Amino acid sequence: MPITPKMVGARIKRREDPRLITGQATYTDDLQLPGMLYMSVLRSIYAHAKVNGVEVSKARELPGVVAVLTAADLAGQTGPVPCVAEAPGMKLPHHPLLAEGKVRYVGEPVAVVVATSRYVARDALDLIEVDYDPLDAVVDPEKAAEAGSTLLYDEFGDNIAFRTEVPNPAVAQALKEADAVVKLRIVQQRLIPMAMEPRATVAQWDRGMKQLTVWSATQIPHLLRTQIAEALRVPENHIRVIAPEVGGGFGAKLNVYREELLVPYLAMKLGKPIKWTQARREDFAATIHGRGQIQYIEAAAKKDGTVTAIKAKFFLDLGAYFQLFTPMIPSFTGMLMHGCYKVPAIAFEQIAVFTNKMATDAYRGAGRPEAAFIAERVIDAVAAELKLDPAEVRRKNFIAKEAFPYPTPAGLVYDSGDYHAALDKALQIVDYAALRKEQEELRKQGRYLGIGLSSYVEICGMAPSTFLPPKLKAGGWESCTVRVDPSGKVTVLTGISPHGQGQETSFAQMVADELGVNIDDAMVVHGDTAVVQYGIGTFGSRGMALGGTALKMSLEKIKAKARTIASHLMEAPPENLDFGEGKVFLKSDPSKFILFQQVVEAAYGFKAGVPNIEPGLEATSFYEPSNCLFPFGTHVAAVEVDAETGEVKFRRYVAVDDCGNIINPMLVEGQVHGGIAQGVAQALYEEVVYDENGQLLTGSLMDYAVPKAAMMPFMELDNTVTPTPVNPLGVKGVGEAGTIGSTPAVVNAVLDALAPLGVKHIDMPLRPEKIWRAIQDAKGGQG
Amino acid sequence: MKKAVNLTVNGEQHTDEVEPRLLLVHYLRDVLSLTGTHVGCETSLCGACTVILNGQAVKSCTVLAVQADGGEVLTVEGLEKDGKLHPLQEGFWEEHGLQCGYCTPGMIMASYQLLQRNPNPTDEQIRHGLEGNLCRCTGYQHIVKAVQYAAEKMKSYE
Repeated sequence: MPITPKMVGARIKRREDPRLITGQATYTDDLQLPGMLYMSVLRSIYAHAKVNGVEVSKARELPGVVAVLTAADLAGQTGPVPCVAEAPGMKLPHHPLLAEGKVRYVGEPVAVVVATSRYVARDALDLIEVDYDPLDAVVDPEKAAEAGSTLLYDEFGDNIAFRTEVPNPAVAQALKEADAVVKLRIVQQRLIPMAMEPRATVAQWDRGMKQLTVWSATQIPHLLRTQIAEALRVPENHIRVIAPEVGGGFGAKLNVYREELLVPYLAMKLGKPIKWTQARREDFAATIHGRGQIQYIEAAAKKDGTVTAIKAKFFLDLGAYFQLFTPMIPSFTGMLMHGCYKVPAIAFEQIAVFTNKMATDAYRGAGRPEAAFIAERVIDAVAAELKLDPAEVRRKNFIAKEAFPYPTPAGLVYDSGDYHAALDKALQIVDYAALRKEQEELRKQGRYLGIGLSSYVEICGMAPSTFLPPKLKAGGWESCTVRVDPSGKVTVLTGISPHGQGQETSFAQMVADELGVNIDDAMVVHGDTAVVQYGIGTFGSRGMALGGTALKMSLEKIKAKARTIASHLMEAPPENLDFGEGKVFLKSDPSKFILFQQVVEAAYGFKAGVPNIEPGLEATSFYEPSNCLFPFGTHVAAVEVDAETGEVKFRRYVAVDDCGNIINPMLVEGQVHGGIAQGVAQALYEEVVYDENGQLLTGSLMDYAVPKAAMMPFMELDNTVTPTPVNPLGVKGVGEAGTIGSTPAVVNAVLDALAPLGVKHIDMPLRPEKIWRAIQDAKGGQG
Repeated sequence: MKKAVNLTVNGEQHTDEVEPRLLLVHYLRDVLSLTGTHVGCETSLCGACTVILNGQAVKSCTVLAVQADGGEVLTVEGLEKDGKLHPLQEGFWEEHGLQCGYCTPGMIMASYQLLQRNPNPTDEQIRHGLEGNLCRCTGYQHIVKAVQYAAEKMKSYE
């Protein structure tokens, strides 16, 4: 490939793809090691039960079975599953690797089998007999908080994991003085992240070297290594964690699960490599769920649509045990529930409860979709109440672009923004005025077109490090090494752990531009703790903003050293040197140059007598940002609702997102598309349902409606570009923006369509049956 | 009580003794080490394991290897010809039709059959033609474009 002058900003095809489209990529389950054994997990069939005993002798006798273990066999051998997040006054349940005396959710691991084949390992599960005493299940988070509810943990005295309050007396005052008060009860239903690759872990113990190698489908190989070291009491420098090809994560693999500790434990104990791969049913029952909040909202507004206060009470359905960040995720919701609006007073209360369900934790957006939904529903409800145009109410309340950096009532500082610009652009693309006119025409014909707006702002990057819990043994920073080999090839060792985001490409683009080398001479390596310096991983839309900035810092160091060397060789001042086309040339006269390769040879050959430098050409940087990042945008959905059937048909979907500067527009589009798919899914299709006994009714893809191709709208994308001053790249993040922006746009569109019928609220997901019922109820109300 | 199976996979003849209950996808992955075909749900709902068996797209997680005995299988590994990518592979690459890549082999094989049946599919026909295949990363829009790219390209492809 010839050197393109500017790679950054161009639609460069992904360098990851050739291995993925030819079947040559290696995911965890693809690994085959000599003598490998297979682990399977016996899971609880009850949501809540006492376990009187587990009879494993028949399973142990099955030919091919190597080991069967229960909690009794693990006693004192391992630490618990870690939770690093904390909340004031929080009760932290003990989270064992296998159920100890009680099971607390359907799918909770009770016993494990290790056998010579995956089929035998599965067979043996049927031979294990568990003596259960079923107990009443705690399913409804509001009832869980009530006195007298069945208890998940007798020792805690109630099911309330923590209760926090951020009060503000100004809120009561504003509600009193308001021209209009809107009240909403919003159910943020639980969602299943459903990465296409189920979780999988392989581990191997090298007795001679005392070296434990763990391959796991994870977003955080280094953090996982630290946690394995602690739980299994193995020195961290004897553990190597590899995240091979990872088939999607969406937050679900930003965690440390029981199996990720059990597999390495068993590999050490049995001295054989062990593989475990989750079945989809297990993935649904025993991989973290997202969302899970009931939100009571009150908002105060003046006649002109100015929102003066928002008050919220959240019931947080945390599940039975805490995973890595469980208690922390919902904290983003209250903090950001005023969205991109200058609401002077906010107050919120969180009531976090234990329920007999899988834990909730980070799922794409993680606390922010729940926040954006509040802001965007409040604005639309205020507009409806005061008979104002929702676009105008948004404009009325936007934080002005001159107000940045903007200190929020919750103590955050929004970095940069131009909310008007994104809204204006989106409305122009969709031709808002024409749509409104058409809506009016269609209504006369008894057809229901709805237009839904969502002007979101979110928080990403999740740094500085003080932003993350003290118990997390690493911060919110990111790392990068750039190594130029003697042959002039460039290796980037990044601490992020991409699993579809495409940084093998976007980082190579940056290398090509900065060092002036051919993009094909840059290789990006990630996801192997033995090769890469400590890093944090990929989550919270942080890859480019943090990993990319760490890369930029290392590239600057490489360039500084290269300039010193070239300056000596060329007898030119270093500040007059620049990089391009494989050369280091004089800015003042580009015809005077030396090859970058000559610089590299001088660095490694070290015979040129360059003063005051060390040999080699390599630099490592650890980047700690000064603030989080706040991407924003406006999404517009136009839908037509069939009042006879409740079906929702998309007419248009326009998204204008602002993630700051863009390194590769193609990758940004991909992130936004995928994000919107998951946000639309929450609005219209997906919902985790547990019945009153805590049985997971949506336990398979037959019952849980992950969108198919025909269920998605055609998405029209555009951007505004408001760089952040927080990092030198001016980039924010885009991994979660689509998910955060889309859900309220779709719900607002459906409710806008149904407004003439008197429908004001429907709980998500807005399935045809629910819409139809809401229409009937509204009719009944009128009749 | 293993049973012999004879299969032609990507043009290569294979004879193996397998358990009658061995799934075709596990035969491909564990016995032949063709790990390009993925398992996503074991219930034929997600389509990650789609391969072409005797000219028809099947979910190889719900076909037994012994059922495929005597058959001909095409997997993602068999699509390249003389080191040249198949137009579908090219299309997915050109149009950013994949992110994590896990659904991609199945998606490509399902599209392979779709284009055989309908060389000029509309956007809507592609979306319906791929309803047996889930993708969690892309929102499908670039996948539709990838298939359209391939359809165009295949008009001049042998």
